[in-house]
Amino acid sequence: MRETPSPEGTPERVRVTSSRRTSRAPARRPLETELDEQTVLGEVYLRGLMRAQFRLAATIIAFGVAGLGGLPLFFWLVPDARDLRLFGLPVAWLLIGVLVYPVTVIVAASYVRRATRLESTFTDFVKRLS
Amino acid sequence: MTNDDFDAFSVAAIVLVCVVTLAVGAFGLRLSRTTSDFYVASRLVSPTRNASAISGEYLSAASFLGVAGLIYERGFDSLWFPVGYTSGYVVLLVLVAAPLRRSGAYTIPDFAEMRMQSSAIRRMAALLVVGIGWLYLLPQFQGAGLALRSVTGWPTWVGAAVVVVTVVLGVAAGGMRSITLVQAMQYWLKLCALAIPAFVLLWLWTSQGAPGPLEVAGPDADLSAWYEPLTNFPDDPYPLYSTYSTLLALCLGTMGLPHVLVRFYTNPDGRAARRTTVVVIGLIGLFYLFPPIYGVLGRVYLPPHLAEIPVDQIVLELPKAAFPGLTGQILAAILAGGAFAAFLSTASGLVISIAGVIGQDVLRPALARVTAGDSGVIQSFRLATVVAVVVPFLGSVLTAPLGLARTVNLAFAIAASTFAPLLLLGVWWRRLSVPGAFAGLVVGGGLATTATIVTVVLRPDPGWLATVLAQPAAWCIPAAFVTAVVVSLRTPDRIPVGTAKILARLHTPEGVELQSLR
Repeated sequence: MRETPSPEGTPERVRVTSSRRTSRAPARRPLETELDEQTVLGEVYLRGLMRAQFRLAATIIAFGVAGLGGLPLFFWLVPDARDLRLFGLPVAWLLIGVLVYPVTVIVAASYVRRATRLESTFTDFVKRLS
Repeated sequence: MTNDDFDAFSVAAIVLVCVVTLAVGAFGLRLSRTTSDFYVASRLVSPTRNASAISGEYLSAASFLGVAGLIYERGFDSLWFPVGYTSGYVVLLVLVAAPLRRSGAYTIPDFAEMRMQSSAIRRMAALLVVGIGWLYLLPQFQGAGLALRSVTGWPTWVGAAVVVVTVVLGVAAGGMRSITLVQAMQYWLKLCALAIPAFVLLWLWTSQGAPGPLEVAGPDADLSAWYEPLTNFPDDPYPLYSTYSTLLALCLGTMGLPHVLVRFYTNPDGRAARRTTVVVIGLIGLFYLFPPIYGVLGRVYLPPHLAEIPVDQIVLELPKAAFPGLTGQILAAILAGGAFAAFLSTASGLVISIAGVIGQDVLRPALARVTAGDSGVIQSFRLATVVAVVVPFLGSVLTAPLGLARTVNLAFAIAASTFAPLLLLGVWWRRLSVPGAFAGLVVGGGLATTATIVTVVLRPDPGWLATVLAQPAAWCIPAAFVTAVVVSLRTPDRIPVGTAKILARLHTPEGVELQSLR
């Protein structure tokens, strides 16, 4: 995995570098190159990351669909809930007019934390193998 | 309305907002030097300021005036509108924010071309951006006309013209860098302009013993239709379907709005794009706490059985009804200024995106032919700015308003039926083929546009058909997705050659240096 496989008959690869890369450790490149060139190995890693990210996104959306999207259906099925009061205030209005916003922010922030952690794990892994 | 309605305070506030907008824009102009500055603020805008700018741009006439008006008119069921506007950013965040930023594209047509490597899809996307943008500009101009008429008695085209001129001056002169500063400022302006009068009105209401809308309407009136979820209105007999279709359109439409995506390219990288989005969700959520206050207090101080006011003007009329005298006038002036900030910021963002597309895809090639490559990028952008505003301005003058929030929703539905499938499948699905993507755009766009035109022009009698056409998202979006997937699966040989490489670029985190990214 140190060497990039090069097909028969093609000219030898020439590494073209620009000044902006000179400060980087050259030892870091190989696995990144695998990713870059869609070798089987790079594909496997990237598909794994994409699948993990997509699963995370799907979890968040499922939470929203069930929690928020379930409310109209709930009101449809349970007409008594439509006029529910808490200290004289209508519960439906409090839920959809006020409470929904802080919950949304919390969900969004927790998504970003998890997505960033997934990516950091991936980045560390790539760098360790390089 | 007559000239007796001339309200000097409000006019002064509106003039002040326009002048400050231009002044901050001119300040930004001194900072913007290169073409890159001009288009994307050189991608060096900090997350907090960028989030303020995104929110400032997003909160339009529909949010500032329309939502409160709808809540005043329809009650609980309208609360879903701001919820949907906010949830759209969550969907955008979890599915496309970081990959789109990493794509490095500036507009949706750029992304379409980069991902599908097809100029036909690029042109189709460009056409849709311009169409959706114009449809979305229409209520901004109409809202400005209504607002200025309610404080001066002048005809509605004057207000629209004021917004058009201010936007063209600001956008054509300063481009994105100065606009970012203007938008960020306008978010806070709008929030204060809506929040401060809301607190004063709430204080007045509680100090008067807080009569609820139910008591004001009198013992005989039945307000349960207004109070409770899922009410049957004569023109909307299927509230469950309407609620879900609206939510779907708003959740998936946000990512497809032309002025939303452009903003994300001003983030330095994918991670910053995510952090920015969370701040945006917080900022717009904070803003949406206030429109329902106006909707509910409108029912108290301007009960519909006594007051005949167009619902989109409730926010502007409420303070004068609650506080006859100077206090009411000052509060009304604050709200009028905030409303103009809303028209200006959303219109500026839309005009930037539409002008970007018209400039890049239509004018620059045309000018290059005429002047043999001698014309600059910035000149064609400035010319495109003028083209971008003239069409919706004429539309706003010549057509009867359909209601601010309703027009905006149609734009959301078209965006959700076209760009949502393109972006979601483009970011996550390896087997999307060129004919598949194209067919998805044509089917989704064709169905949603047809439904919109039938609803707006023919206005069918209330019934299931009218509801289904007025709320097209629930069937147009699945139709577009299914078409794109089925056609793609049938044309596996037309999957773009570089798909794997492009997806690697979209999903590889910052910190892993891909050579193809340089």
